[in-house]
Amino acid sequence: MTILMAIESSCDETACAVVKDGCEILSSIVSSQINVHTLYGGVVPEVASRIHVENISTVVCEALQQAKVTMDDIDAIAYTQGPGLIGSLHVGVQAAKAIAWAYHKPLVPVNHMTGHIYANRFVTELQWPLMALVISGGHTELVWMENDWDFKVIGTTRDDAIGEAYDKVARVLGLGYPGGPKIDKIAREGKPHYTLPTPKTASPYDFSFSGLKSAVLQMIQREEKKDETINVADAAYCFQETALQSMVKKTMAAVAEYRPAMLVLAGGVAANSRLRVLMEEAMKEYPEVKLVIPPLSCCTDNAAMIGAAGYVAYKHGLFGGFDAAADPALLMPGEE
Amino acid sequence: MKYLEVCTQNLEQTHALGEKIGSAARKNMVFLLDGDLGAGKTTLTQGIAKGLGIRRNVTSPTFTILKIYQGRMPLYHIDAYRLEGTVQDLGFEELMEDEGLTVIEWAEYVSWLIPEEYMKVTITLLEEDSRRFVFEAHGEQYEELLEVIA
Repeated sequence: MTILMAIESSCDETACAVVKDGCEILSSIVSSQINVHTLYGGVVPEVASRIHVENISTVVCEALQQAKVTMDDIDAIAYTQGPGLIGSLHVGVQAAKAIAWAYHKPLVPVNHMTGHIYANRFVTELQWPLMALVISGGHTELVWMENDWDFKVIGTTRDDAIGEAYDKVARVLGLGYPGGPKIDKIAREGKPHYTLPTPKTASPYDFSFSGLKSAVLQMIQREEKKDETINVADAAYCFQETALQSMVKKTMAAVAEYRPAMLVLAGGVAANSRLRVLMEEAMKEYPEVKLVIPPLSCCTDNAAMIGAAGYVAYKHGLFGGFDAAADPALLMPGEE
Repeated sequence: MKYLEVCTQNLEQTHALGEKIGSAARKNMVFLLDGDLGAGKTTLTQGIAKGLGIRRNVTSPTFTILKIYQGRMPLYHIDAYRLEGTVQDLGFEELMEDEGLTVIEWAEYVSWLIPEEYMKVTITLLEEDSRRFVFEAHGEQYEELLEVIA
């Protein structure tokens, strides 16, 4: 049995978790859930290092308490080294190093993106080769894994992340924040009333959402000029269909080419209900490929996923030193 | 104060304009990019990055607020979009004092970061892919840069 403490502070959240054997969550504490004095109900991100510093001790103590373990039970400390916002990352890195030093525990640096992928370990055993579609407010990536802990990014966004496009389109449509669930919900009442351009990229597995975002904005302005009000549900529907179908199509092209045993979704946007339907539909063509769509609790930023990925890194003996620093532009393991 | 207006007809021309700026830019320069969602702020920054000799693709920094790229000098790409209505010390002043080039999108949400001298770029979406860029030089070195861009 291996028990890891995991620390994540790559952007908005300060989080700590205790994870057993990389697949069982003993505790998972995220600061936004316990922070009662968050202004505007969490809309404004708490990214300042000072705020992470205030949160970190609380989440670490809470994680130990809820897991009903002491530091004696912990085998190693996993932490997010990057990518993310430099100041936020620093706090988690320093906390992990301080705890590891004080309690003589090995350190396991983890890439945030690998955490999103390995979060699926809380749902099922992973099978190789594996294709992962990591989609969130900050990421849109297709990652090919020939084997366990073997990463190759085959596609990425050229401009905006998918979750960011959702948030921004929701804002111009007056739907508010967070944009993902709001668009997903109202789009159910929408009709294919508008036509939006399909995103184009040079590489078949790359993504682009900036042009689509601009097209929605221009469409609204055109309607305003004609003194017509835009039908929000229809606009949300058309944006969502265009964005998701383009993403599903590229993912299917990758599945057809690489032939994985498993396709996993990861990141906050994986919770989108329409995406789930489209993915399941498209994957009927590949019955031999297992599709894994994690529940929302596994999708958003948390420390448990760092514990899941950290466990695999730990088993591979990938320990970090006390001289390791936060890396805001950290590449995936093996990437150049 | 000196002004310059440039119009681009497509993505490639916007990239080329940015590249010209990146190639001529000096250390410690600060560019404030002002424009609606989808105006082309990140596109211009992609060009600036190329002009700085940065090989990695520049993507939107909205989520992480700051992205750092290494070229002939570092590029600090800041996007304050998510910081609206908040005052947080993010330590960016220290970065900007370093020998890099800083690009700030949605600078009105981090007005305390704006130095005495800077270049303001107002971007207007004309139609489809054409854009208008109005450069407003605040400071002598920025006025000199205008001549290079023109």
